[in-house]
Amino acid sequence: MSLENSSSLGKDAWLRLKANRMAMLSLWVLVAMAVLSVVGPVLSPYSYDEQNLDRVFHGPCNEHLFGTDNLGRDLFTRATYGGRISLAVGLLATIVSLIIGVTYGMTAGYAGSKTDAWMMRSVDVLYSLPFTIFVILLMVLFGRNFLLLFLAIGAVEWLTMARITRAQTINLKKTEFIEAARALGYSHWRILFRHLLPNLVGPIIVYATLTVPSVMLLEAVLSFLGLGVQAPLSSWGSLIKEGADKMDAAPWLLFFPGIFFCMTLFALNFLGDGLRDALDPKSSKE
Amino acid sequence: MKKVVLSRILQAIPTLWVIATVTFFMTRYAPGGPFDSEKAIPQEIKVKLESHFGLDRPLAEQYLLYLKNLLQGDLGPSFKYPGWEVSELIATAFPISLTLGALSLVIALLIGLPVGIIAALRKNSWLDYLPMSLSMAGICLPTFVLGPLLIYVFSTQLSLLPPLGWYGPADWVLPSFTLGLFYAAYIARLTRAGMLEALQQDYVRTAIAKGASSFRVVTKHALRGGLLPVITYLGPAFAGLISGSFVIESVFFIPGLGKFFVTAAFNRDYTMVLGTVLFYASLIILLNLLVDLLQAWLDPKARQL
Repeated sequence: MSLENSSSLGKDAWLRLKANRMAMLSLWVLVAMAVLSVVGPVLSPYSYDEQNLDRVFHGPCNEHLFGTDNLGRDLFTRATYGGRISLAVGLLATIVSLIIGVTYGMTAGYAGSKTDAWMMRSVDVLYSLPFTIFVILLMVLFGRNFLLLFLAIGAVEWLTMARITRAQTINLKKTEFIEAARALGYSHWRILFRHLLPNLVGPIIVYATLTVPSVMLLEAVLSFLGLGVQAPLSSWGSLIKEGADKMDAAPWLLFFPGIFFCMTLFALNFLGDGLRDALDPKSSKE
Repeated sequence: MKKVVLSRILQAIPTLWVIATVTFFMTRYAPGGPFDSEKAIPQEIKVKLESHFGLDRPLAEQYLLYLKNLLQGDLGPSFKYPGWEVSELIATAFPISLTLGALSLVIALLIGLPVGIIAALRKNSWLDYLPMSLSMAGICLPTFVLGPLLIYVFSTQLSLLPPLGWYGPADWVLPSFTLGLFYAAYIARLTRAGMLEALQQDYVRTAIAKGASSFRVVTKHALRGGLLPVITYLGPAFAGLISGSFVIESVFFIPGLGKFFVTAAFNRDYTMVLGTVLFYASLIILLNLLVDLLQAWLDPKARQL
């Protein structure tokens, strides 16, 4: 990059990301997945719950790209429709965890001293708890409510986010521009959200990208145990469960949703790594 | 050191109390009860059952009674397995989950550590690239996809191993590999990163300068520092192995504690749910303490804590 093209932090990061081939490939895979999930069910001549008992367990062919299941439902439609739900849960639950984690971490880091010590101590305690058990318990006891699903998952996944935000806030707190804002007599509220938050965006984006796959994994586990979305609706987790049950008769039922799910997780992980290298060159190892 | 252990144990008591309280009220305020099954039981029997288990008393009284019994180490009788104490049920089912978890962890360490060390020592060769790409794939292949796939290949197609159940060592192979491979992949990556950092440290250079053999440098000097990230990861890994066992036990039809827990929650078996949650929580707190002690032993810097 030549000097006259010297650019902002964001542009710099974008250039670094563009140079990372795996990360860019992952980005395209994710875009393709998202487009497929949105457009797939619309383009398909079948609906996700349309049964056709004359075409049960039909292998992949021209009419049914991914074959059909035990009720003759078109797997392509169900897999792309499931993608909508899996991706939506991934995004929404990540946003929930982001809001809780960032607010908590910023408050702890900014307040410092005893408040900080107590807040982080409780995060340590929560960290050591079997949270999956609580999510399972919540889902079983209070029914398979879609809203509850991502609230519960989001409430579990905020801990690491809080730790990262707190560490960054403590570093930033000592910088001059925060001191200046304080000297100007701005309220704590304003300093937190107008001055600190914009400077935390880098690590937050990186970690959010890495939270999405773990959220999707948890949703899939719940669906697999029969606690996620209910038939005839589908998510990748519930499709994988159906596929695993009927693997002997129709292996494609496991194969296609499995490929979709694994490819998305793969891409999200690689993109997260790439973003970390791009946004925060110091933190990348080697 | 003793102080750390003592304070952690003291800290565990309020934690467990909060867990017991939250779980107690969560189960009670959830719709449905242990004796509302589809097969309608006559009203008088239901009333009798509820009074037998003390469910007709005020909630606060039930709660205090539960805590009192808990302090005496009594988890109460199961509502759904007549004549069984919760502690007896846990004692029957947990060894199965423990065997599965321990085997998986051993597999994960046996594969993950050597692969990670070799990848770090032969950085940027095919011994590094190939295993590291495979491990990324391993992390992204969830156990509930890998498990059925392994059943399909090794049981359905090749008829080498039994697909489900838990009767003998042959049944152990597929479940523990399914669960272990994921952690092997993660441990390999952590080991590689840790070793790469340790190999650049001054104390490793000193050891080389003093003429220690490269085998000794790796095993005696670098490994101690390089393994720290792996040890730190063991804490979350234990928690993960426990929740992973829910899925594995459901894929392979293994009668472990995970399966008991999910069934108990579905059946509204209050005491069984509470007992299992408290058991898991204590187990995780204990294992985390062990991990911290192990860490302090390996890393003098962590000892001051």
